[in-house]
Amino acid sequence: MGNRQEILLTGAGGQGLILASIVLAQAAVNDNKNVVQTQSYGPEARGGASMAGVIIDIDTIEYPKVVNPTVLLCLNQASFNKFLPKIKKVGECVVIVDSTFVSGPFRDEYKVKSYPITRMAKEKIGKEVVANMLALGVLNAATNLIDRDIFRESIFELAPKGSGELNQQAFDLGYRLYEQGSGQGMEESAQTPQ
Amino acid sequence: MPETKPVLMQGNEACAEGAISAGVRFYAGYPITPSTEVAEKMAARLPDIGGVFIQMEDEIASMAAVIGASIGGMRTLTATSGPGFSLKQENIGYAIMAEIPCVIVNVQRMGPSTGVPTAPSQGDVMQARWGTHGDHPVIVFSPASVYETYYLTIAAVNLSQKLRQPVILLLDEVVGHMREKVTIPKDSKLMVEKASDNVPADWKPYDDKGLAPLVPFGFGHYYHVTGLFHDQYGFPTGDPPQVERSLDRIHEKLLKYRDEVVLTNYIGHKEPRVVIITYGCTVRSARAVVKKAYWNNRMPVGLLSLQTLWPFPDKEVREVARKADVIIVPEMNMGQIVGEVERHVKDEAEVVPLNRYDGEMISPDQISELMGRWLS
Repeated sequence: MGNRQEILLTGAGGQGLILASIVLAQAAVNDNKNVVQTQSYGPEARGGASMAGVIIDIDTIEYPKVVNPTVLLCLNQASFNKFLPKIKKVGECVVIVDSTFVSGPFRDEYKVKSYPITRMAKEKIGKEVVANMLALGVLNAATNLIDRDIFRESIFELAPKGSGELNQQAFDLGYRLYEQGSGQGMEESAQTPQ
Repeated sequence: MPETKPVLMQGNEACAEGAISAGVRFYAGYPITPSTEVAEKMAARLPDIGGVFIQMEDEIASMAAVIGASIGGMRTLTATSGPGFSLKQENIGYAIMAEIPCVIVNVQRMGPSTGVPTAPSQGDVMQARWGTHGDHPVIVFSPASVYETYYLTIAAVNLSQKLRQPVILLLDEVVGHMREKVTIPKDSKLMVEKASDNVPADWKPYDDKGLAPLVPFGFGHYYHVTGLFHDQYGFPTGDPPQVERSLDRIHEKLLKYRDEVVLTNYIGHKEPRVVIITYGCTVRSARAVVKKAYWNNRMPVGLLSLQTLWPFPDKEVREVARKADVIIVPEMNMGQIVGEVERHVKDEAEVVPLNRYDGEMISPDQISELMGRWLS
C-alpha cells in the first residue's frame, strides 16, 4: 500500500480549505484515481484550526481517515502548531505553509516549505479568496499528485459561476511561486532555514 | 445506455440519489446534523422531478407526513439523527403495525441525548431494533461506503414496498459525511414493480393468507387503517386468535423473504482462526486489517461484514463461528451487536468485544493489536 497518499489541508475556518479538499478530490476522480475526502465538522470548522483530509490511492481505500500524512498544508499558525506534530515520518512528509500567517518555528528536520500564499493572492490577483486555489497550485507543483491540466479543469468545474478563470489563474500562480522556490518574497519573520 | 461517469459524492448525497433512483418522490423531515445533506439534496432535486419536499415542524410530524404520503401511493423517505430518531419511534411502530412502507434514515451521532452532534457513533443499533414498543419486525441496513449507501437505499425502498414494511437505514457520521469516488448510472430508475399494479380480485388489505399488496387510498379500494390490532379488512379487533395470527403474519413476511433481506459479505481465509464481525464505517478499519493480515501475510483471519443488522444474520454468524476460534466484534458503542453475536455463537467460539465511544473511529491498529493476541 505504498501508493497511499494522505493529504491534510489545514487552516482557519473560512480560508476555503474544505472547498480546496473537494476540488483536490474531484481532480483525483477526474485523474482516474481512487479518493476519499473527509473534513472536520465541529465548531473548529468555523474558526480556529479547521481540517480536511484527502486520501488518494490506486488501490481501493479502506480506512478513510488520515493516519500518516504524506502532505501537510497549513494556512494559519494555529493549524501549524496543531497538525505539525501529527506527522509520523518526519522529513518524508511534504510540509507547505503560508508565510503570510505562519511564522514558525521551522525545525530543520521537517523541511518546511514556506510561500506567501495569501499575500500573493491579494497582490497579484487582487482577491484573497483565491488563496485556497493558489495553495493547491503550490501543493500540486510540489507533489505532482494530479495531472496539471486535469487539475485546472477540475477547478473550473467546481469554482462558483464566473470565477473559474480567476481560480485557474491562482492555481497557475501557485506553480510559479513553487518554481521560484521556498522563502521567496516573504516576510522576514518567516524565513525558512536552509 | 445510461451515462456512467465516476463522480465524487458524499454518503448523504448518495442516500438521496439512491432514493430518487428507486422512485422516492416525497420527503418530509426536520434537519439535524449529521443528516442534513440528505434533506438538502432532496430539497434541491425533488421539485424538478415532480416530487414533494416538506420541512416539517419536527421529527414526529415528519414521520406522520411520510406515512400519510405512503398510504397515498408515494414512495417516501425521511432522514434524521439519534435525537430525531427517538421522536419518530411512535410513528414507526404505527407504520409497522399498519404495514405502510417507508424508509427512515438515521445518520448516527454520539449520544445519548444531544450528545456530540458532529462525532460519529454506532450507538443506535438496539434503538433501531427495539426503539418502538411491542414485538415488531424490523429491517435495518448499515452501509460502509458511499457506494453501498446508494445501493442499500435502493434496496431499502424496494423491499419496503414489496414487504409493506418500514426499513431503517443506519448510517454513521463517517459514512454520511465522507466523499468518495462512485460510479452511479445517470438517470437510473431501479424500481421494482409498483405493488398496486398486481391486485387480485379478492384483495383484502391485511389478508390472513399472507402478504397483500398495498393499494393506495383513492385507487378503488376502501379500508380501515389503524395502529390497533385489526382483522383482514383493517377494522380493530381484540379477538385473541386474530391478534396472534396478525402478529405472526407480520413477522412471517420477513422470514419468508429472509434471504433477500439479510445481506452479508465474508472476505478472508477459508479456515480462519480469528474472524472480525462488524458493520458500518467500522468495516473500513476491519477491511484494512484483513487486507494486510490475509492478503499480504496469509494469516488465518477473516471479516464478516453485516450490511443487514436486523433481522440479525444468525445463519451467517453461526457459519463463521463453526470455523473460527475467536470472533472479534468492534463497534463504536459500549457493546450492542456483540450480545446478539454471543447469543448465536454460543460455545462455538470465543466472542471478544472491541468498543470505542470517544467520538472517534476505531482504527485498524486497535483491531490488529487485539487480533495479534491469538495469532502469535
